[in-house]
Amino acid sequence: MKKSVFLGTLAVAGLAAGFASAQTLAEVQARGSLNCGVTTGLTGFAAPNASGEWEGFDVGLCRAVAAAIFGDATAVEFVPTTGQTRFTALASGEVDMLARNTTWTFSRDVDLAFEFVGVNYYDGQGFMVPRALNVSSAMELDGATVCIQTGTTTELNLADFFSSNNMSYEPVPIETNAEAQQQYLAGACDVYTTDASGLAATRATFEDPSAHVVLPEIVSKEPLGPLVRHGDNEWADIVRWTLNALIAAEELGITSANVNELAAGTENPEINRILGTEGDLGAMLGLDAAWARNAIAAVGNYGELFESNIGENTPIGLARGLNAQWTDGGLLYSPPFR
Amino acid sequence: MSEIHAQTVSYVRETMLPEQEPPVTERGAIKWVRENLFSSWLNGLLTLISLYFVYWVLSHTLGWMVYGIWDASSLSECRAIRDELYGEGANVACWAVIADRWHQLLFGFYPAEAYWRPVLALILFGGALAPILFDGLPRKMLMLSIAAPFVCYWLLWGGTIWGPAAVALGFVIGGMIYAYSQSIIGVLGATIAAVLVPILYWLFLAGPIAGALGNTLPIGINAIGSAEFGGFLLALVIGASGIILSMPLGVVLALGRQSDLFIINKFSVLFIEVIRGVPLIVWLFTASLLLNYFLPPGSNFDLMLRVIIMVTLFSSAYIAEVVRGGLAALPRGQYEGADSLGLNYWQSMQLIILPQALKISIPGIVSSFIGLFKDTTLVVFVGLSDPIGFSNLIRATTDWNGIYWELFIFIGLCFFMFCFAMSRYSQYLERKLRTDHR
Repeated sequence: MKKSVFLGTLAVAGLAAGFASAQTLAEVQARGSLNCGVTTGLTGFAAPNASGEWEGFDVGLCRAVAAAIFGDATAVEFVPTTGQTRFTALASGEVDMLARNTTWTFSRDVDLAFEFVGVNYYDGQGFMVPRALNVSSAMELDGATVCIQTGTTTELNLADFFSSNNMSYEPVPIETNAEAQQQYLAGACDVYTTDASGLAATRATFEDPSAHVVLPEIVSKEPLGPLVRHGDNEWADIVRWTLNALIAAEELGITSANVNELAAGTENPEINRILGTEGDLGAMLGLDAAWARNAIAAVGNYGELFESNIGENTPIGLARGLNAQWTDGGLLYSPPFR
Repeated sequence: MSEIHAQTVSYVRETMLPEQEPPVTERGAIKWVRENLFSSWLNGLLTLISLYFVYWVLSHTLGWMVYGIWDASSLSECRAIRDELYGEGANVACWAVIADRWHQLLFGFYPAEAYWRPVLALILFGGALAPILFDGLPRKMLMLSIAAPFVCYWLLWGGTIWGPAAVALGFVIGGMIYAYSQSIIGVLGATIAAVLVPILYWLFLAGPIAGALGNTLPIGINAIGSAEFGGFLLALVIGASGIILSMPLGVVLALGRQSDLFIINKFSVLFIEVIRGVPLIVWLFTASLLLNYFLPPGSNFDLMLRVIIMVTLFSSAYIAEVVRGGLAALPRGQYEGADSLGLNYWQSMQLIILPQALKISIPGIVSSFIGLFKDTTLVVFVGLSDPIGFSNLIRATTDWNGIYWELFIFIGLCFFMFCFAMSRYSQYLERKLRTDHR
């Protein structure tokens, strides 16, 4: 019944294949919606609510890009991708961008031919232990049993950390975060290790979170960022500068509440350039002059996005830490808009 | 004689004794218990141990289930209500997650205002299956069965009604060619033409015809993309399409494997062995990953369609082997009898061989189908939101993070309902078709 559709698609795709790669923006605009790859559910970063709308920190970035292109934050099709399917989904054009907690590594950037356009969350691997163990540092974990997700970079980081500190450990291999929570609570392991944001989210679900502590040591660098395909730099620019606009907006004090007021014109030329009242940055991207204004109005600036999804007022309760603005001692540093 | 009788008569009872009840140990519940539970000291011991085990399981789960909390909006609220009702740390279920999210477990992202469409499609599907499954129903209902696939497709995905109608027309064309051209180009020619002409029609004519009709008479409902499908809707669509499509394909492959024609025979063997020799999960990854590499970039045809194709191929290889078992179990005389009646190959298959072979294969076919339906949960690994996938998504919200058993029990019960129904039907069919005198 769908054979005709299938073969028709094949034929059209074959014709289009030659020049499909360099015009993602045109494709997205013709389609009328952005295809954004997200996780198959990660607390605080991407999950559907009871009415089926996606919410979360990564989701917010997808919505910001959609708002920058269309002026409409709902013009996004979210495509859940697993750890195995995410890169093919992007490479094959099934999604236009990935905002999926993906660590920026050399080989992913170079060998897999993707373009990481920035970092929206600086994460790192940490350890969680029951408070009753009276452990205050990861250096005291010699001989511990450790719950660890198999086949992830966390497994390798763990081995590196213990061997470089001349400590031994006994791994308890587990498959998913859900299983890890159960095993850890049942006492099958002394320590649970994964990304610090994941630890915080897991700890928040416990009956008594105060009975568990996340140790201060962070043993790896996990810069998580959105990525696009190699070879379409115009498209990469749009995603990169949307992210930068959110970060710069926080630095400059533009929020979703005051963006329309500021868009009337301010004393600060950089704010004017971002919001499109001065210069023609939007036109350079091939977008409307109000692109950044729409993005900020839709999801708020970086700080608002952080606070509403994973910040200290949410059950996850992550501190800004490395993800604070450079002016506050963090790593967020947007290049200037000029 | 009479003297003897006269002397003995005083010892003979002249009236019947009233019937007495059997001893208490030989009747009613006590007899049943003695015979079935305590027939020897070993059985008695095992009974006691089993009873204790059942008690132990129920005492740990029944209270948890029965006292479960149904009205809360998040796990922490659930825990607060529990502390208030039953005291700190009591062990009760939080069914509120089902009350809050059942619609997503059943329909996925399907828009709520369109839930009537899958429900109607399911009713229609049931109505279409009924005349096939139960031969007591009027034969006119078979018309419904023929129309159902197209109507169900239209209901689920929406869009213009002319698309499915134009595709259905292809089958009508094929059927007419087969029926009326046999006298002109022979049976083989008619068969080939009946396959080729509809394919050409679908490739080149169906699209323009549907488009033209859609422009002149725009009848249609809101189109809903495959990405919105999830939960049991997804499992049922994949399972039902797989089951319906794999059955004819499986029979054809089984016949192909028995065929004397060299190429058909070897092709069938190769197909069956390759498909069966590789796990389903690998085929699903092939569908979702490898196909993308082989196809030109930018050509992404529906992931759900790719998965349905793979599931169908996988299941048809298994069905083929089950049916081949049925074919092999038929005595050679049946084949020779059919030949001696002067039936051609298709007639003998249709009238004599397949009805018997399929009857033998029923248990195997149904258990393949049950397996196929349950295997649909594997699509979670290629990023489709089937019930298991959706339970992960629900758990990923801050409201319900940390909830497990309630979701899995709900999903398990739903799967059980479908699989148990299939199993009961297969037993009914076996009883009905039993023609020997056991």
